[in-house]
Amino acid sequence: MDFDLSEEQRLLKESLDRLISDRYAFEQRKTYGQNPEGWSRELWSQYAELGLLGLPFPERYGGSGGGPVETMIAMEAFGRALALEPYLATVVLGGGFLRHGGSAEQCVDLVPKIADGSLTLAFAHTERHSRYDLADIETSAVRDGSAWVLDGEKGVVLHGDTADKLIVTARVGGGRRDRDGVGVFVVDAKADGVSHRGYPTQDSLRAAEISLAGVRVGPEGLIGEPGAALPLVESVVDEAIAALCAEAVGAMAAMHELTVDYLKTRRQFGREIGSFQILQHRAVDMLIALEQARSMAMFATMMAAEETAAERRNALSAAKVQVGRSGKFIGQQAVQLHGGIGMTMEYKVGHYFKRVTMIDTMFGDADHHLRALARLGASPARA
Amino acid sequence: MDLRFTPEELAFRDEVRAFFRANLPERIRTKLAEGRKLAKEDIVTWQRILNKKGWAVANWPAEWGGTGWSPVQQYMFQEELQLAPAPQPLGFGVTMVGPVIIAFGSEAQKKHHLPAIANLDVWWCQGFSEPGAGSDLASLRTAAKRDGDYYIVNGQKTWTTLAQHADWIFCLVRTDPQAKKQEGISFLLIDMKTPGITVRPIITIEGGHEVNEVFFDDVKVPADNLVGQENKGWDYAKYLLGRERTGIARVGLSKERLRRIKELAAMERAGDQPLIEDERFCEKLAAVEVELKALEMTQLRVVAAERQRTDNKPDPASSILKIKGSEIQQATTELLLEVVGPYAMPYQPERDDDERWNEPPIGPEWAGPIAPTYFNWRKTTIYGGTNEIQKNIIAKAILGL
Repeated sequence: MDFDLSEEQRLLKESLDRLISDRYAFEQRKTYGQNPEGWSRELWSQYAELGLLGLPFPERYGGSGGGPVETMIAMEAFGRALALEPYLATVVLGGGFLRHGGSAEQCVDLVPKIADGSLTLAFAHTERHSRYDLADIETSAVRDGSAWVLDGEKGVVLHGDTADKLIVTARVGGGRRDRDGVGVFVVDAKADGVSHRGYPTQDSLRAAEISLAGVRVGPEGLIGEPGAALPLVESVVDEAIAALCAEAVGAMAAMHELTVDYLKTRRQFGREIGSFQILQHRAVDMLIALEQARSMAMFATMMAAEETAAERRNALSAAKVQVGRSGKFIGQQAVQLHGGIGMTMEYKVGHYFKRVTMIDTMFGDADHHLRALARLGASPARA
Repeated sequence: MDLRFTPEELAFRDEVRAFFRANLPERIRTKLAEGRKLAKEDIVTWQRILNKKGWAVANWPAEWGGTGWSPVQQYMFQEELQLAPAPQPLGFGVTMVGPVIIAFGSEAQKKHHLPAIANLDVWWCQGFSEPGAGSDLASLRTAAKRDGDYYIVNGQKTWTTLAQHADWIFCLVRTDPQAKKQEGISFLLIDMKTPGITVRPIITIEGGHEVNEVFFDDVKVPADNLVGQENKGWDYAKYLLGRERTGIARVGLSKERLRRIKELAAMERAGDQPLIEDERFCEKLAAVEVELKALEMTQLRVVAAERQRTDNKPDPASSILKIKGSEIQQATTELLLEVVGPYAMPYQPERDDDERWNEPPIGPEWAGPIAPTYFNWRKTTIYGGTNEIQKNIIAKAILGL
């Protein structure tokens, strides 16, 4: 039983922390956000140079052979930075489908381009009616010779406005919410029939609504087994949940530090407000919430590759619940303890608060996962 | 003990409700029901409708336009406003500076300012907080130095709500720097068009422009704009801040929000059923409703006690109403966030000047304001005295701790 990072992992963390402190100060972040794409291509090249974009891919495809812990380290740093770049969408989600379901040809073709920064991806899965049910898919994929024709509408596609390729879930068969019948397809964002409406998100990222009208995908665009791909989707999403938990921990840690700092510097009634016991206790409550979340983010990371799908699902749901709750408490209290300035756009704390709030709306909020756990708990298979 | 209102009180409530139904412009009602921002013009329009009816300044003395209603009627009027939902008359004028002028101002000030406040011909804002004087308001430093027939004002106010619309500002200023901090403060009325005043927007985390900084640079204010006596301003401020403002708990508002939550949860499906049929969601909703009912009962007890009150002293129970009311308001925003699910994420800013949007909504058409309101309403436990300060007040004033 070991919670330490290896030497290499420590080096990765240090170089990332350095990069973030050099390049991701709050004012710098504002300028990246003003780019037309909403993020920094220049930083994306830096990530490539540091080996970040190839981090979780096998070395034979141009990656560094890293695992969930490396991803956790990267995501926590990005959480601290409030990074705007499409790392989760491209490397964790899009890349995850290649890692777990891609053919050798697909990996040879696409992974080096991800690793060198020339290809970005987005996962187009959620639909207007699906909420958090991964199986709720209406987008259809109809066989036409050796190709598939995709029709449907995808929503809240993170970085779907700038991605070069989209990983799209579509139904090759089955009813709207059936577990069977799901397929996964790689679609060129500029393919005929693909259109998108891009927009900013509450937490300064970018997303898109994507329309697919008669989009043709050849056999080279198929990922995994058509009609049986839901387990693949679930395992990639679980990796993404672990990554999001780590990102949220980075944001929570930053909020906590900012808050304690503020309590030590802000003076009212002739004393620093951190001398009031009620606020000391609140800061401690925040610390407890942070450490619980950090523990569960580590647990999620270590369980993300768990072979037994039900155990993995259980663990990731539990982590998402903890991170959702801690994120809400820490975010709300960080704003509260800063008083008025916590409510301003000019100050960093509110931005972290928005980010953890949005993380809670991705791949199931805390309540969704609590329900899932309750249902799993009742399942006889757990005995 | 009897929960029932008298037939006269019920008839009054019906009358108020019917008036709102008939006279509240639909576009204003819809904006509030959907959680969207009101334009300045919306607030002015509605207050003038109320003023024409004689209801804009309901709890002022009759000679200045008050209605003479009982505490129960005042309470019902507030409740119906929030349930409609309709805008409140602009609080800075109607419940803050107006009553201070009535209680402590000169006849000239009353004649000059009160009718314009009632009809919202003049838009007032509140110059209290400063960067260094938040919870510790008495430590404020904006100074007013007497110079002949004028005060020269220098300093900075912050969190000044809607100062960008304001014609006048009422300010707490330091007139005696040597005195103990609460004893050197005066209450000064200042025309926002006076040279030397600069308003700088503060954008809040959801992207809105509600609050501002106001800078005073050698601003010459006629000495006649002093309210009451020099160096007595802190007493007037306490009077203003402590007045039982029926409706401070915003029970009607939270009731209306819960109604909205149920309406939307019935439309939004989670799996094979609408969210409103999900047991866990319903339990959470019920828990908030119970808290709200308890708050409503507490508020009614305060209203009933007010009937017996002969003095003008503030009821410390208003701190309880503020604490619980703000927490419940926040709870409603959390429930709405849960209802909207993944479509919380798209940022769809409203334009202040337009009533209608040019672009089609992303996701459900009601999704746009949900996350911004969740973020913006974190302020409810901070403004008007943080909930932590309110608890200090209760500990001291009620518990003697």
